[in-house]
Amino acid sequence: MDEIDPRRLVQIHPERISHVSSTDYPGHWPGEDHTWDLAAFRNNLRLDIQRLTPSTLDFDLVGVDASIANALRRILIAEVETIAVEKVFIWQNTSVMQDEVLAARLGLVPLRIHPGRLESWVPDATATDANTISFQLQVSCTRRPNVSRDETDPSVLYENSAVYSSSMLWQPVGQQAALPDWLADPPAVAAPDIVLVKLRPGQEVHAELHCVKACGREHAKWSPVATATYRLMPHIRIVKPIPERLHATFMQAFSPGVIGRRRTEGKKAGEGEWEVYVKDPRKDTVSRNVFLHPELKDCVKLGRVRDHFLFTLESAGQMPPQALLPEAIAVLRRKIRVVSEALEELMHPTALEEEEEAGGKADAAEEGAMDVDA
Amino acid sequence: LPGHSADYSHATFCIEEEDHTLGNALRWMIMKNPKVEFCGYSMPHPSEYKINLRIQMYDNHSSLEALQQALSQLDDLAAAIEEKYTASLEAEQWEQGEDK
Repeated sequence: MDEIDPRRLVQIHPERISHVSSTDYPGHWPGEDHTWDLAAFRNNLRLDIQRLTPSTLDFDLVGVDASIANALRRILIAEVETIAVEKVFIWQNTSVMQDEVLAARLGLVPLRIHPGRLESWVPDATATDANTISFQLQVSCTRRPNVSRDETDPSVLYENSAVYSSSMLWQPVGQQAALPDWLADPPAVAAPDIVLVKLRPGQEVHAELHCVKACGREHAKWSPVATATYRLMPHIRIVKPIPERLHATFMQAFSPGVIGRRRTEGKKAGEGEWEVYVKDPRKDTVSRNVFLHPELKDCVKLGRVRDHFLFTLESAGQMPPQALLPEAIAVLRRKIRVVSEALEELMHPTALEEEEEAGGKADAAEEGAMDVDA
Repeated sequence: LPGHSADYSHATFCIEEEDHTLGNALRWMIMKNPKVEFCGYSMPHPSEYKINLRIQMYDNHSSLEALQQALSQLDDLAAAIEEKYTASLEAEQWEQGEDK
């Protein structure tokens, strides 16, 4: 635990936090070189997947700056494109739910469609089979015959008393029916048991749903993650040995499993036989409860490791969670490429303007020199 | 797209279609360059989707070059992260694999 370089720690005091920003810039520490070095970065970088379930991915990212981790988190939430229902054409809706409320609910249903199958939606585009997927929802509720008089459960009394998302059926449009991978893995809803609206006999819902591809910045329904969060790895250091009578208090001041108790090495029965040690700081929620006890306050130093991020990604159903991070990195690289190309355009503009630019730059460079001296 | 402003070794770039996502990451990477005297970014207004990035260099170096270098270094960084991720995914060393 104590091998962590103290410069990497955010210090947590009872009432405040210090040393929050990273300081590994060239010029900050005299005599040290913190220039960007790809090889050193790759050596220090660690990405360990901790847990993978059908919905969630937990992994550790060690060795990057907070700005990069935050960029990945923001991209996952807002800039990875997925497909969701956008336009709802309602032919018939005699249910008690208003058209627009039903349409809003339909938009939020996650669809298990690979985003690569559609082109992104540009504003004012016409709907074609390359940028739109069509679903059909047609459900009407009828009374079931031969049900006992005392029955009160609507799912027994009526047929289709609730419209589930499993009733949304894909309607192939144009060329979509001919593509073999679409037929092998047809577009469908991610969860079939979402209740959309409840009906009673005589009520019917008949709607055509058009789905397009966009990103979470437009509307949260296009966000691929239920959420993407990260926290920093807690760091606990015991600076003074803790008297045995306070062991139980100390262990309870932290989350269960963080502090363990073991026999001290080299000491037999009597004083100092048992000691507490930091068993698993990952489980800690950093509640700073230990600072409530005056006798324990000075025995421990709390902190967080500034470049060790514990990510948790929970997919909303459009993509399996392990596919989320590569998509986010691809989006990040695309954004870098766009800015890079525009910068190229600025630095080496095409043909005519180049001469004026060159003249302008020569003057500007001299002015730059005057600025530095002043 | 980078807008305009004075073309010195000190320069302010106005980049549209960007926010803190790329802005902070780019600022950090530019600061890792030892020739940079000052680098900062700000969002003029949160409702408008653009950032202003200011770079000042020592010794008359070109700020455009610093920006270009930082962009390509960020690209390398992203590629390295992806590589480690795919390696970890293939190694399948994670602790629990329980279901929802």
